[in-house]
Amino acid sequence: MEWAVFLPAAALAVAGGIGVVAARQPVHSAIALLIVLASLAVTYLVLAAQFVAVLQVIIYAGAIVVLFLFVIMLLNVRSGEGPAVKLPRQAVAAAAVAAGYLAALLVAALGAARPFPAVPQGFGTAQAVGAALLAGYLLPFELAAVIMLVGIVAAVLLGRRPPAGGEGR
Amino acid sequence: MVEALLVAAVKSAVMLALVLTVCAYMTLFERRLIAGFQLRYGPNRVGPAGLLQPFADAVKLIFKESFRPAGADPLVYWIAPGIAMITALFVYAVIPLGPTLTVLGRPVPLVVADVNVGILLVLGASSIGVYGIILGGWAANSKYALMGSLRSSAQVLSYELVLGLAVASVVLSAGTLSLVEIVNAQQRVWFAVTQPVAFVLFLLGAIAETGRAPFDLPESEQELIAGYQTEYGGFNFAMFYVGEYVGIVTMGLLAANLFLGGWHGPLLPGPVWVAVKTLAFAFFAVWLRATLPRVRQDQLMALSWKVLIEIGFLNLLVTAAILAWRGG
Repeated sequence: MEWAVFLPAAALAVAGGIGVVAARQPVHSAIALLIVLASLAVTYLVLAAQFVAVLQVIIYAGAIVVLFLFVIMLLNVRSGEGPAVKLPRQAVAAAAVAAGYLAALLVAALGAARPFPAVPQGFGTAQAVGAALLAGYLLPFELAAVIMLVGIVAAVLLGRRPPAGGEGR
Repeated sequence: MVEALLVAAVKSAVMLALVLTVCAYMTLFERRLIAGFQLRYGPNRVGPAGLLQPFADAVKLIFKESFRPAGADPLVYWIAPGIAMITALFVYAVIPLGPTLTVLGRPVPLVVADVNVGILLVLGASSIGVYGIILGGWAANSKYALMGSLRSSAQVLSYELVLGLAVASVVLSAGTLSLVEIVNAQQRVWFAVTQPVAFVLFLLGAIAETGRAPFDLPESEQELIAGYQTEYGGFNFAMFYVGEYVGIVTMGLLAANLFLGGWHGPLLPGPVWVAVKTLAFAFFAVWLRATLPRVRQDQLMALSWKVLIEIGFLNLLVTAAILAWRGG
């Protein structure tokens, strides 16, 4: 039963991932990314983490990718334009980073305890996630909030118009 | 296993037919009411009192030519209306229409699935629904459609926060995310009474979220023709249109279930109360449209980000403080 849900979702996620890098249109890449994030939400459901699955849809699929699309539409990027800056040996560097990441993932996945322990009662509910965030991991949680605040302040500072008398647009 | 799937399939089919019929008649309801407000007759020629008008409209829209403007992105142009309609209909999987009834000696809950994150699923589906608007406007390759879709997306994103904060206060008071449990928590007192600020925020957010007057900037026809729908016709247009009316009914049902006590009420059976409360919201929405002029774009955004969201957070804070003080 779990495999019947997991396999199609995983296949769709991989296909979407290929679509993100292979699509020539930035908007098509964003739609492919949306498919990846939605399929991941389904795999979270298989892992009995229904609250995380819904948050994945609301935050990543519902908010982050919308912002990506906003940027693409406002810049009005059409197909055929390559990236403005190309690093030297970009392909080699990308392959090396990807291989390193895959190795780290394999080590973590293969090194996990088997058979997997059964999920405790109430695992993955809103209560469990809330307790973990606000009791177990309070410091990282608050640090993340501070980092986001810094990001917002920086964006406002960079995005505001120069004061009158300065070099205006 | 098979039986459970079969029951769910039958329930979904019944729900789908019911929702689509209600939404078709919402168009007639709105046109006749607006006509009444403006001292006109409204559509009254097709069938007795115009009751067959929705069918005539449906037939017309289905048989219209399905065209695509030159320069439009074919893939995105076709999938955008589908996203709008599917996400609008998806939420009916978790919205309850009444209490558990007993049919042929078996308990039948009047909800397709009572999941423990129900209300979050509704908010999630509506946040995916934005893609229909944003992609539809972009794919048509027309400046009016693009402007309309940018306006729409900004509006929906901003007011989703207002809506979410209002819902969060209710969720705190009820202590659950399940819609059925939230209704059951209002057996004695409606949340509209104990959470009046959240109720007003919810009403404003719901009207803005469905893009209706006085917040109907996405399709303000004097400036943008029809916003993101400008380049759509026939059945593709119908999917956007149906999605919008489904949204109104959804917001009405949410208002009934979250704030107006759901199926709790004297004398009449539960589902009737749900229908009455939903219709009351729909009437309120049409009444607003007939009464108020449209607000300006910057006023709309300022209202959300500088006023409503702050009030929402304050309300959430006060609710949490009271609950903590009571030891809840």
